[in-house]
Amino acid sequence: MSANMIQLLWVSTLQTLYMVGVAALVGTLIGGPLGIFLATSRRGELLSAPNTNRVLGLVVNIARSVPFIILVVSIIPFTRWLVGTSIGTTAAIVPLTIAAAPFIARLVETSIREVDSGLIEAARAMGATPFQIVRKVLVPEAMPGIVLGLTLAVVSLIGYSAMVGAVGGKGLGDLGIRYGYQRFMPDVMLIVVVIMVVLVQFVQSLGEWIAARFDKRAPRNRGR
Amino acid sequence: MTEAEDRDQPAISFQNVTRAFPQKGGAGDVLALDDISLEVPAGTITGIIGRSGAGKSTLLRLVNGLERPSRGKVLVAGQDVGTATGAALRDIRRKVGMIFQHFNLLSSRTVAGNIGLPLEIAGTPRAEIAPRVDDLIRLVGLDAQRDRYPAELSGGQKQRVGIARALATRPRVLLSDEATSALDPDTTRQVLALLRDINRELGLTILLITHEMAVVRDVCDHVAVIEGGRIVESGPTYGVFSRPDHPTTRSFLKGVTDVALPGFVASRMQPQPQGPDAQAIMQITFTGQNATTPMLSRMTVECGIETNILAGAIEEIGPNPFGSLIVSLPHQRLQEARGFLAEYGMITEELGYVG
Repeated sequence: MSANMIQLLWVSTLQTLYMVGVAALVGTLIGGPLGIFLATSRRGELLSAPNTNRVLGLVVNIARSVPFIILVVSIIPFTRWLVGTSIGTTAAIVPLTIAAAPFIARLVETSIREVDSGLIEAARAMGATPFQIVRKVLVPEAMPGIVLGLTLAVVSLIGYSAMVGAVGGKGLGDLGIRYGYQRFMPDVMLIVVVIMVVLVQFVQSLGEWIAARFDKRAPRNRGR
Repeated sequence: MTEAEDRDQPAISFQNVTRAFPQKGGAGDVLALDDISLEVPAGTITGIIGRSGAGKSTLLRLVNGLERPSRGKVLVAGQDVGTATGAALRDIRRKVGMIFQHFNLLSSRTVAGNIGLPLEIAGTPRAEIAPRVDDLIRLVGLDAQRDRYPAELSGGQKQRVGIARALATRPRVLLSDEATSALDPDTTRQVLALLRDINRELGLTILLITHEMAVVRDVCDHVAVIEGGRIVESGPTYGVFSRPDHPTTRSFLKGVTDVALPGFVASRMQPQPQGPDAQAIMQITFTGQNATTPMLSRMTVECGIETNILAGAIEEIGPNPFGSLIVSLPHQRLQEARGFLAEYGMITEELGYVG
């Protein structure tokens, strides 16, 4: 394999990491609060706003039901307006983020809803404001689940990022298609797949390790 | 308002409180609480006993505004909880601590972190939280568990954390929601003793709900029996235990103060005496100082009535002894014996006849 090809693999890996990293970060900044709101605005909950909840839930469901490749091309005008271009690695971050945010919102919502309602009652009895309950009770208690959810989202993003070659997003998936498939270079295809497997493994293990650090629910040997 | 005035007014006062829950399908309201009036004197431990669904949990939650009355008023230290909202309600809640059957501790925080939570919520400066938490940990005897997580604690230790947490903001009132129902009998006794100590040392008013008469017997100064959303009987624990009026109260008392008739007597018992040698079976309830006077010997000496003790028990309700005896005696002398004992303030009940 040529030095040129190795260089290309390295650059593509960095592009994938860049797209996935930024999309996961911005997706979390949007999806996290959205998920918390979805969980707490249900009827009878902390911030009870059933109508807003229904509307937001519908928006999230619509965003989640559009196939990713269709999402990528259908929001091209929006992408161009936002980042000035609809082509390239940075432009690809926009559809990735839009796919990630509602997904992350649902994962965060699920984790928050699993927090024992007795804890909310206890916090209310202490005179906590709804915001304090979210910050000091719901989010810390849901943290192990949230971290595992984010891990799942990042792994999905690594998969999605392989499709953004359609708008010149580059990255590992695009490299595999253009060299491995279209130029009949199976060795490139193989290396791309191996790198992606390693990436996914690494993200999954890291996520589980962080989640376990947050999880104090089960007694374990704490090295004493 | 001065401290002296505080002492005179009840810590909690329910005034004609009704709580109705609308039913699904519009089939009219269900009354969880029906015109309840009750005063909880400051500095006492008051118990509310009832079966599940009797409304005791709703009643307790009215005190810190987790539930709202449909009609009537709930006053805590003179403040109306029922109409308070926002900051005023949160302020009342900080003066009312609460402990729970399932502890409701944050799994993500250590013992110290859980106890500090109400202080963080109240906006107490960090530098003041640490020493206060240390005091509370010492008060409930968890020095060795300070940095442990709830998952590493026993049920009794978790409830101690719950109690320390409830006391963090120096409340005047502590609400206990079946706090010992998930604990074994030994741990229950320890937790109740802790509540009793706190009540005495801090002068804290405690309102607890339970379905176990033993809890009322062990710690409560006052008791109210709730059934179908109504208070059917209330008063000082000792009075209610010694002279229960309502059938619900009696059924709760079964097994706590009741002595069981031995089987060989029970199986031969008749409603009427069947001959000149028939023995009357009588239950005597001793209360107050009478519980420790040898009344039966005195009756033998003064009236010449000989009794045979079939079963008996002496218990403590709060600081007072409370006794119950089942005796047999010649049936012809029954009325005379009951008269004699009644003069000394004892309660007698004719159970039947044997022979």
